[in-house]
Amino acid sequence: MASINQNPAAALLPNFRNLGVMLRVLVIVTALTVVAAMLKSSSWGSLLQQWIGIAAVVQPIAILSVLLLGAANSWLHKLEYRFAVLLIVLAELAVTLLVLRFGALILETEMADAGRDVFFAVATTLALIGYFNLRNRALSPALTEARLQALQARIRPHFLFNSINAVLSLIRAEPRRAEAALEDMADLFRVLMADNRDLAPLENEVELCRQYLALEQLRLGERLQIEWHVDNMPKDALMPPLVLQPLIENAVYHGIEPSIEPGVVSVNIYHVRDQVHMVLRNPYRTDGNHHAGNKMALGNIRERLALHFDAEASLQTRVGDSRYEVHITIPYVKAEE
Amino acid sequence: MTKHPQALKVVIADDETPARSRVRDLLEDCAGSFPIELVGEAASGRELLALLGQTPADVVLLDIRMPEMDGLEAAQHLLKLQEPPSVIFTTAYNDHALKAFELHAVDYLVKPIRLRRLHDALTRARAITPLRLDVLQRIAPEPRKHLSVQERGKVILIAVSDIRYLRAELKYVTVRTAEREHLVEESLSRLEQEFTDQFVRIHRSCLVARAHIVGFEKESVEAGESRWAVILNGLDEKLPVSRRQQHIVKEFGRSLL
Repeated sequence: MASINQNPAAALLPNFRNLGVMLRVLVIVTALTVVAAMLKSSSWGSLLQQWIGIAAVVQPIAILSVLLLGAANSWLHKLEYRFAVLLIVLAELAVTLLVLRFGALILETEMADAGRDVFFAVATTLALIGYFNLRNRALSPALTEARLQALQARIRPHFLFNSINAVLSLIRAEPRRAEAALEDMADLFRVLMADNRDLAPLENEVELCRQYLALEQLRLGERLQIEWHVDNMPKDALMPPLVLQPLIENAVYHGIEPSIEPGVVSVNIYHVRDQVHMVLRNPYRTDGNHHAGNKMALGNIRERLALHFDAEASLQTRVGDSRYEVHITIPYVKAEE
Repeated sequence: MTKHPQALKVVIADDETPARSRVRDLLEDCAGSFPIELVGEAASGRELLALLGQTPADVVLLDIRMPEMDGLEAAQHLLKLQEPPSVIFTTAYNDHALKAFELHAVDYLVKPIRLRRLHDALTRARAITPLRLDVLQRIAPEPRKHLSVQERGKVILIAVSDIRYLRAELKYVTVRTAEREHLVEESLSRLEQEFTDQFVRIHRSCLVARAHIVGFEKESVEAGESRWAVILNGLDEKLPVSRRQQHIVKEFGRSLL
């Protein structure tokens, strides 16, 4: 019988296959070895030697652990949190003893003070698990917040009322276009009001952007030209919802609306090896004065990307040649069947 | 919307085609209860001013957010017309600016516009007192992109970015562009306030455009004294910097390096 306290480990354990998590583990462990070396050495001169001695034991353990946890990642995430932690600690014990044993074999020495090494291994493991747990908790309010912001500031109210106005203008003359426009609006707002904490396939996001742009085109007409380069897009790649849409909204708001001349918004999505690239370009006008809002949207998206992909995702912006460019890179994670 | 001698002449200014057609539909609905004549449509503030120079109107339904020249700026230039039309602003979103509108009793309609609201606004329209320039300047959040002068019943626009310098005369301000001079009826200190980012005061009676300063030159005045003068892009004329403003030469010297 499942108790109320039964937590799925997925919510609390880090994703051990994430590059950021692996790096954090290795960096923290290395830092600890430096501290240990400092404590053990009597002078600065002997520090390096002490450290090499410690690192020779600890680094193989750390690297083996990272590989092992990476391999067991999806399996661990299915377990109850307490069991998963217990298993990880046992695995660490095994790895530590194995490395010590192997080291003793090579160096042909006795296995000395294994007890202390084992204690440090367990303590470090628990500390790291605790750290990742805290980090997850610290970041999850940001998720809720991101969702709230999605509701409040994602779509500019200005856009909602202008769109309703555009639809109203169509009802008498072109009822069918009005119907299509209302359907697009319904889909758009369904996504906006949904719980957007989980990853969704890229093709959903692209479809959403198409619907959004269809509405914008209704009111901006010829002024808004759209170029899609998505033939090589990995449709099944997972990404946080509402990452592209607000950026496209920015592109229209800052790049198209301030001018009476037609402008091009181009969207280019492709993948290179195991990375998905999304490049968005729009005309850039120096006399625009709505940059504060823009920065908020970018900050929000960066935060959500970091939350889902840690160091493996990036968002870069570039201004040049009267073009504004946003380049997003995320790891190619496929939707599970 | 049949022609009627006393018909209310209306102009729609909005950059979005569907928004204009929506207002057109509503005007037709209003025309049932009193005569209305739609005399023209404009997609920007500039277009509106050109249109009104040729076709006088009683009322302008003026969208606030438009490219190139927004509604608030267009309304200021409109006042230069011989008989400025009444202005009813339209906007898609009640932002903070609308508080200022209410404060100064400036008429506006929130989009999507309701037939009854439009009807009421138009019924009142002939009685609306013309907007006051100082009120418009107070509610406009940004500096204008143009200055305007009236010439033979038309409003001539001067892009602020083309202006080399502004010099106070007795009653007017001379506006100098690379091509010619205009006289505008505004005060130099008001202009200095509005365009503080774009212009710098070099003399009690002169503001020059920062973007057009290409350099400074030492000029000798009598008694061996020398003073700096500003050289402006595209002008032969050099403008003396007053003794009190000499420090700007240093400031610019640094930024030009």
